[in-house]
Amino acid sequence: MKNTDTAGLEKEFQDRIDRGEIIEPKDWMPERYRKQLIRMMSQHAHSEVVGMLPEGNWITRAPSLRRKAVLLAKVQDEAGHGLYIYSAAETLGADRKDLLAEFLSGRAKYSSIFNYPTLTWADMGAIGWLVDGAAIINQTALAKCSYGPYARAMIRICKEENFHHKQGYEILSTLMKGSLPQRAMAQDAVNRWWWPSLMMFGPQDANSPNSEELLRWKVKKYSNDELRQRFIDRTVPQAEHIGLSFPDPLLKWNEKRRHYDFGKINWEEFFNVINGRGPCNRERMKARKKADEDGLWVRLAAEAYAAKHPNLN
Amino acid sequence: MSSKNKPGNDLFLYLLRLGDTSLVLSHRLAEWCGHGPILEEDIAMTNISLDLIGQARILLGYASRVEGKGRSEDDLAYLREERAFYNVLLAEQPNGDFACTMVRQLFISSYQFFLFEALQKSADETIAAFAAKSLKEVTYHLRHSSEWVLRLGDGTAESREKTVQAVNELWMYTRDLFDMDSVDRNLLTAGIAPDMNLVKEKWEQKITGVLKESTIPVPPSDAWMASGSREGKHTEHLGYLLAEMQILPRTYPGASW
Repeated sequence: MKNTDTAGLEKEFQDRIDRGEIIEPKDWMPERYRKQLIRMMSQHAHSEVVGMLPEGNWITRAPSLRRKAVLLAKVQDEAGHGLYIYSAAETLGADRKDLLAEFLSGRAKYSSIFNYPTLTWADMGAIGWLVDGAAIINQTALAKCSYGPYARAMIRICKEENFHHKQGYEILSTLMKGSLPQRAMAQDAVNRWWWPSLMMFGPQDANSPNSEELLRWKVKKYSNDELRQRFIDRTVPQAEHIGLSFPDPLLKWNEKRRHYDFGKINWEEFFNVINGRGPCNRERMKARKKADEDGLWVRLAAEAYAAKHPNLN
Repeated sequence: MSSKNKPGNDLFLYLLRLGDTSLVLSHRLAEWCGHGPILEEDIAMTNISLDLIGQARILLGYASRVEGKGRSEDDLAYLREERAFYNVLLAEQPNGDFACTMVRQLFISSYQFFLFEALQKSADETIAAFAAKSLKEVTYHLRHSSEWVLRLGDGTAESREKTVQAVNELWMYTRDLFDMDSVDRNLLTAGIAPDMNLVKEKWEQKITGVLKESTIPVPPSDAWMASGSREGKHTEHLGYLLAEMQILPRTYPGASW
């Protein structure tokens, strides 16, 4: 009896999705939908928080006061996005503390892109332009996803990401107008960040275990490969415009497909980095664990103070 | 009359003192980025750091116009050496633990609060406008840091211990905030800068209040005090901070970023 009920509810749910309706926190939803969304949103939030580290690495060395202010504002935005997405995940009954615990224990993932090191100032440009550029493509798609709070969070976040994308491109275009060493710095950064940026869209559709279900629920609206192609098509002309190239000899406009063809992505590297074997995985996790452990006495103090002064707030 | 005694030079030096303090403290807070005790605090500290860098840009930008030698705000920030920096000694002190950072913030935000409050009435219109704008930001910094010092001081035994230690370690840099030399005195006479003794009185009253409420003892009045920022004599920490901050413009002279 119960099974039939669930089946009925599930059908009704799918019908709502198919009609393009938006699911809100109090609506009935399959447990699996809830779980998948919590997984995606918490991964997304963790990524924003870990993402502060590679860029935070250059705030103190930003080469002008204006660049420093812009980079600080950007990293602050990322912390804000993290907070915002954690809150959106909490609408599904998740608790931020539990999500953090899962992340710190290594059970929950974050975007593998942040496991690459930021070696020069030009990396700030490459991250803004390529990494945030890829994130915008992903997030613009998510802004139309079936879960209301996530979609709304994405709309707001995309606005800020567009500013991040512009500042990254501006850093690189300024470097490309500069001296020979500055231009070499820009090209080197792009060479290092290009392939990892393409990996941000996830595995090829044939190897993406969650995709089919997420597409059916309209959590995802486009496949990984579609979004990756969209990113490449959009980015290549931007690179040409400022005299940058990408480290892919097979990257070429295909008049018949009306898309750029590109070379083979090193998926072995992708799965290695996802599974903890990337250049900065250990450091990033170590930094976040240290922040959490070092911050424990601070959080306990705040709790103790609140207990002593119950009338505050 | 040597160039040192020209009124413009006094104003230039005064602006460097204020601007360098904001710049150096902003740098310290930025070092916390991504390492704060909770995400909300990462946001708060980058926010304060951002306000301070904004202040530094206004002040150094104005200093550059006052000097009139074609040095830009970036030239002033990136191409001066340690001995030509005039930030208060407290601003350059290392972050230490979170208690240390918040006590330092409380001390400096409180100093900036009463200083900027007075500077709103400066005879120099640019400084007055700067002070009015920045006072709003500093009001928030002061509230934020005093609320944390309250929580840490009156929180757990461990947090109290760390806060007591932070106050004791940083106290010796607090007189330097209010030292007055001929620059301050000349600008006081010109109605441009306030009497730092009056600022100090308000500061002491505020800090005593916050520390008392936090159950933290106020260090004795005869405690030894460091000084020197007015002459660009710093602690050993500033050199490393500047080496890090200035590396790119110094490695690539004349480059645009």
